[in-house]
Amino acid sequence: MSKIVFPAETLELVKKIIARYPEGKQKSALLPILHLAQAEWKWCSPEVMDYVASLLSISSIEVYEVASFYTMFHLEPVGEHVIEYCRTGPCCLMGGVEVYDHLKKRLKINTGETTKDGKFTIKEVECLAACGWGPVFQIREKYYMHLTNEKVDEIIDELSK
Amino acid sequence: MKILTEHIDVPNIDSIDVFMKHGGYSAVTKAIKKMTPDEVTEEVKKSGLRGRGGAGFPVGMKWSFLAKPEGVPRYLVCNADESEPGTFKDHYLMWKSPHTLIEGMIVSSYALGANTSYIYVRGELMYVINILEKAIQEAYDKGLLGKNILGSGYDLDLFVQPGGGAYICGEETALLESLEGKRGNPRNKPPFPAVKGLWQCPTVVNNVESIAATSWIVNNGGDAYAAIGVGRSTGTKLISASGHIKKPGVYEIPLGITVEDFIYSDEWCGGIRDGHKLKAVVAGGSSVPILPAELILTTAAGEKRLMTYESLSDGGFVSGTMLGSGGFVVMDETACIVHNTLTFAKFYHHESCGQCSPCREGTGWMDKVLHRIEHGQGRKEDIDLLVDVAKKIEGNTICPLGDAASWPVAAAIRHFRDEFEWHIEHPELATKPGAVFMRKGASWTK
Repeated sequence: MSKIVFPAETLELVKKIIARYPEGKQKSALLPILHLAQAEWKWCSPEVMDYVASLLSISSIEVYEVASFYTMFHLEPVGEHVIEYCRTGPCCLMGGVEVYDHLKKRLKINTGETTKDGKFTIKEVECLAACGWGPVFQIREKYYMHLTNEKVDEIIDELSK
Repeated sequence: MKILTEHIDVPNIDSIDVFMKHGGYSAVTKAIKKMTPDEVTEEVKKSGLRGRGGAGFPVGMKWSFLAKPEGVPRYLVCNADESEPGTFKDHYLMWKSPHTLIEGMIVSSYALGANTSYIYVRGELMYVINILEKAIQEAYDKGLLGKNILGSGYDLDLFVQPGGGAYICGEETALLESLEGKRGNPRNKPPFPAVKGLWQCPTVVNNVESIAATSWIVNNGGDAYAAIGVGRSTGTKLISASGHIKKPGVYEIPLGITVEDFIYSDEWCGGIRDGHKLKAVVAGGSSVPILPAELILTTAAGEKRLMTYESLSDGGFVSGTMLGSGGFVVMDETACIVHNTLTFAKFYHHESCGQCSPCREGTGWMDKVLHRIEHGQGRKEDIDLLVDVAKKIEGNTICPLGDAASWPVAAAIRHFRDEFEWHIEHPELATKPGAVFMRKGASWTK
C-alpha cells in the first residue's frame, strides 16, 4: 500500500467536518472521517486508523476502540463489492433466508468470506431499516430491495462485468 | 388526516422550491417572526405530542426540562439512528421529504434556544445523509439556516452526523457518546441529557418524526393537533408495516383507528396476503411483546383494540403490547414463531454494547438456547430456562436494551409456548424445511 494520505480535496472536507464541532471537540469527527477513510482504502487497516488518529490529534487506541465497536467498519481486507444482507426478522419473513442462500451458492462463498477473484465479500448485518421492502441487501451506499433469486443473479451479473 | 406525509408523493418535494410551493417553511417564518421560543414550546406542550421513537414521553415536557444556564450552549440532536427491527418510517420520511425534518429542526431549535443542532443518522443510510446535506445547503441558500435567520437575529447551524452501525446508538445517551466520537455505551442517568448532554451541555434528543411534527403544530396550534386522536394519544403516527400483508409500506394514521382497520382496510395494509390468515403481530418494533391474532384485534376484555398508546398496552404484558416505534410486523400462519424469536434474539445479542453483564451474557444465552431449539436440539427445560434468563436481564441494565431483548422472548413463550414445545418434542418434524406448527383450533389454522 502506498503512503496513506487523503487526496487534497478529501483533506479539505476533513477540515470542514472538524469545523462542525466546538473547538477542542474534534474527536466528534471520528465516525465521519472513518467513513471517508474506508471509502478511500476499502478497509480500516491499523495504518489507516493511525492516520485518522493523527488527523484528529487523538491516540490510535481511541480510533481502534471505536472502529471495532461499530459494525460498518471492516477491520480486515474485503472484496471490491461488499454485499451486506439483512438477516433480521422481517426480511426473513419475506423469504430472506432462501434468497441469501442463493447468493452464497451463486458466489460459492459463505458469509464473512471473499470470492477468490477478490470481487465480492458477503457480510451478514442486522436490520437495515427497510423492512417493508425486504429482503434487502446493501452494497456501499446503495440499497437493493424486494430481492428474489432472479434479482440477485441480475445484480451479480451486472457487477461482475 | 396527513400531517407529515401530505405532500410526500409530490414530484421533487425534496427540492426546497417545490417544498415551499406546498407551504413548506411557513412554520419557520411564523415561529421566528411572530412567536417567542416559550410560545412555541407552549404549543408543543398543548399538542400532547409524544416521543415517536418508541418511549412515548411527552415532547413538550422533555423540552421544559432543558437546563438554561447563562453562557452555556444548548443543543438539539435529532435521533435518526432508526434501527429497531420492523421500523423504517424515519428512513422513508428523510429520503422522500428531507425538508420536512429540516423545517422541524429549525422550529424546534428556535424553541430550545439552540444555535447548533445535529441530525444523527445511522451510517448505513449514507444515501439519505447525502439527500439531507443537499437539502440543508438549500436551506442555507434561502437564509433559513445560518446567521440572522430571516433577519431575526437568531442563528442556527445544522449538521448531519453519520453513525457507524450500532442499534444501541438509538438510546439517547449512547447516541451522544457516539456523537462525541466514542463507542456507543449508554451513560448512567442521572444526570439526564437535559442537564448534561452533548459535551456535558444541556441537550434535547428527539426522534425524527417528533421533530417533524412540530412544524404543523406551530402552523395550526397545539389544540388542533390534540384534537386528532384519542385521549392521550394525540395526532398522527407513522406506522412501518411489514411482513405478510398485501401492501407493506409506511402509513401515516390518525391515532385511534382500530387495529383491524389498519390491517384489513385497503387504505392501509390491505389485509393478509392472498390465501393466508393472520397469526401474530409485533405491533411496535421487535422489542415489544408479540401478540396472537385474537389479542391484537381485541383486548382480553373483548373490546376492539385501537392504534393508540393506551389501547395497545391494555392488559399489560399479560395480554397487551406497546405502540413503541410503530414497527408493525404482521405474520400469517406460515411464520414460525420460534424462528422469528431467534432472529430477534440474535439481533439483541449482536447489538448489546457489552457494558452490563446481564445483557451481555444473557442475550448470548438466549440466542444459544433458541438456536438449539430451532435446530432440533432443544431440551425440555429450555423453555423455562429462557423465561428465567429473560427475567434476570429485565430491569437490571443501565439502558432499556436489556428490557428490549427480554420482552420478545418472554412474550413469544407466553403466547406460543405450545409451538416451542412442539419444536423440542418433535425435532424431526420441526427441522423440516418450511415446517410450521399448527395449533389445533386456532383462528389461523385451517
